[in-house]
Parts: sequence; structure tokens; C-alpha cells
Amino acid sequence: MRIVDAEVLTESVAKLCWEACYYLPEDVLAGFRRAEKTEASPIGKSILQQLLENADEAKTNHMPYCHDTGMAVVFVEIGQDVHITGGNYLDSIQEGVRTGYREGYLRKSVVGDPLLRVNTGDNTPAVVHTDIVPGDQIKITVLPKGGGSENMSAMKFLLPGEGVEGVKKFVLQTIKEAGGKACPPVVVGVGIGGSFDKVTSLAKHAVLREIGVHHPDPHIAELEQELLEAINDTGIGPQGLGGTSTALWVPIETYACHITALPVAVNIQCHAARKKTIVI
Amino acid sequence: MPEYRLQTPITKEDIKKLKIGDTVLLSGTIYMARDAAHKRMVELLENNQSLPVDLKGEVIFYAGPCPPKPGQVIGPVAPTTAFRMDPYAPSMYEYGVVGTIGKGPRRDLVKDACKKYGAVSFAAIGGLSTILSRRVKAVQVVAYEDLGPEAIRRLEVQDFPLLVAYDSNGDDLYQQEITKYENYNQKTNKGAV
Repeated sequence: MRIVDAEVLTESVAKLCWEACYYLPEDVLAGFRRAEKTEASPIGKSILQQLLENADEAKTNHMPYCHDTGMAVVFVEIGQDVHITGGNYLDSIQEGVRTGYREGYLRKSVVGDPLLRVNTGDNTPAVVHTDIVPGDQIKITVLPKGGGSENMSAMKFLLPGEGVEGVKKFVLQTIKEAGGKACPPVVVGVGIGGSFDKVTSLAKHAVLREIGVHHPDPHIAELEQELLEAINDTGIGPQGLGGTSTALWVPIETYACHITALPVAVNIQCHAARKKTIVI
Repeated sequence: MPEYRLQTPITKEDIKKLKIGDTVLLSGTIYMARDAAHKRMVELLENNQSLPVDLKGEVIFYAGPCPPKPGQVIGPVAPTTAFRMDPYAPSMYEYGVVGTIGKGPRRDLVKDACKKYGAVSFAAIGGLSTILSRRVKAVQVVAYEDLGPEAIRRLEVQDFPLLVAYDSNGDDLYQQEITKYENYNQKTNKGAV
């Protein structure tokens, strides 16, 4: 058994928060560059160039790429042979978010009660997903999720008979309704299957996949490609100001489901597709 | 597309001249306010009370910045999604606001209000936060300090880059541009990127 101090989790999460916000991942930058080369709209092309410039400035000056540094979504995979000591596991993650947002000069965008709406002042609580996995390591990923794109996400139970055509229709309809409001070019995380709770989790986890990597199942990979082409032919374009680069990637995750059901969820990720991972 | 350098306050003549797709580099004073501040301001207007800041003839920037690091004027900042302010926008234009800055498409009620009150809705690039923060030369919280990042701030900006998205004729840049690129790849047989 391996012993890990809760303090280590706090320090790791804090660092991940600001690193994620300052340095856009290389797969996202590569996606911008590819889109910039093929974009048909002059306005769209200019926007993509400015986004690349913005990413460069953020990196050089160690500043947030986007001012909406999000609600922190933290994914933790804890090896079953790990024992955490010196503090409560969940508290240590929340303390990491608190420290990271304060020391990183990130925006505090969380209200404590969804109806009373008073800002908590430290960007906590974060949303924490924990999985127990084999091994003696801890893998932590911080995804600072901006409000604009999260607001445009959607979930629906289709009839099983609607099948793949129904899925395509729902994804496209969600993207068209989101339009420029979701801050395209976007990454479109799609979940298919599972239950009411599982399908949205699948869509959220899909967003974590590297841009350019397809699902291992050929029929899902094919659906990803087909949806990418269809989304990029909606005309929405960068910022919704027209063009051929609406989505950078459409990762899909699936799970088994009930004989009565075909749940689908779409989690939209704006162009500030930030994520940062550490393995302890 | 024409490019203009404008200084605030923007005159009614200048507003009339602006057409969708025009680029504007705006300098002078603008006011930052978003969801929570709009809710409070529109409640005041509905009760015939005065606003905590005189915004007649002014431009409102829908945004909330990051905190500044030591030595910075302001932290990263860029527009938030404009459509969330749509329910408030007609009241604010009627009151006398001449322009708003946001990102993303807006509803017909905003288009109609721009036409009716001779106002515009500008688009700036969402998430262009590091670059845009450099165009802000001074900042001061002027009302609703309790709202934190949502407080009303007065900004002095220089050459702040904007696109005219909705003009005083009621025209819509989003609609116009999206139509041009619908089924573009299919028509040109290029396939997706």
C-alpha cells in the first residue's frame, strides 16, 4: 500500500488550476492551426489568427487565456492501493481549487446557492468526479469549465428505434441552437447510452479526449467523423460569425443501456478547451 | 468593410453611419456590467428610479474580468454571452445606452430595439481575454461592489477592437454571414477539415 499525504493533493490541484487556465493544450492549438488553414470565411480566419495570438500571449505572460476561468471540474482516479492520510480527501481537493484560483489570479465565478446567488469568493466548491482504479497511483485532471458553452449543453432520451439518425439529428440541433453563444470553434463531447446520470458524465468525459484521437470502435469513429463534417457545414463558424470551422473535434463515449432507452447528451466545450493532468 | 476609429461618447450621427460588418476601434470611456448588475438596473428603471451611474449616451461592455496581478491595470477580460442580457437590453437602450458589447447572436427583441432607439450591438471576440485586457488603460469600480466580478466598472479603453453585429437599421451580421457558409463544404466538395 502506498501512503499519500492530503497536502500533496492540495498542492497538485492548485497548480493544475492555474496551469490549465494559462497554457492551452497543444492538441487544441494544433486544432486552431488546422482550422485557420482551411477556414473559408475571412472573418472566421481572422478570429482564429487572433485566438492563436491570444494563446501565445497568455503563455508568454502566464495569464489566463480566457477571463472565464470556469467552475473547476476535477476528475480523480485513485489507485485502490493508495491510502490518503493527513486530511479528508474531498476537503483537500477543494482546498487545492481555493488556493489555485487565489494564487493564480483566476476569476471567482461560483455562487454558493443557485437561487440566492451569492458569490463564494474563492471559486469553491468544485465538481469532483472520483473513480477507484487498479494500482497505486493517483491521476488528477482539472477542467476549468466556462459558463457560456456549458449553458448550451443538452440531454435527451430518444426512442431506441430512432437509432444513429436520431443521435445525429439531436447533436446537430443542439449545436445549431448554441450557435455563436457557445464560443466556437468548439469541442463537442457526446455521450450515448447509460442512464440519465451516466450519459451526461460520458459526454463530459468525452471532452477530455485529445483532439484528433477517434473512438476505438470503427462505427463510433465513423459517426464522429460524420458529425464533425455536418457540424462544420452548419455555417456557424468561429464565434458564430459564419464559416467552416465550428467544431475542432467530436469525441463520443458510449455505454450499455436499458432495452427501452437511447439516452444522448451533448457537452459543449468552448475554444478555451483547457485541461491539465498530473499523475502522482 | 469600412474601419472606423471612434471616440466616446459616440454621437447619434456616428451610430447611424455604422453598418453590420464594420470594424470599430473604440477609445474613451465604457462601462462594464453583466447579469446581476443588469437585473438591479432594470428593476430601478421599472420603478422610475435613477441608476447608480449615469449611462445615458454610453456604451456597456458585458463582461467580468479576472483579478489583476500586481502591476496590471486589469486582469484578462473579454465579452460574455450577450443573449443573457437580451431581456434587459431594450430597457437599457430606451433609457439612453447607445451601444453594447458582447459575444454571440441576440434575439429579435434586441434587433428591434437597436432600430427603434437608434443604437448598435457590437461583437468582440469571446475569450480573447489576454489581448483585450491590454487595450484597457484604467479601471474603477463605480457601483455594486458587492457583486465582485459582476460589479459595474468604468473603463478607459484605447483602440478596443469591435465588429458591428446589429446596427440601427435592424440588420444582423450573424444571420448574414452564417447563410453564406451553410453547406459550404458539401457544395465545394471539400469535405471536413
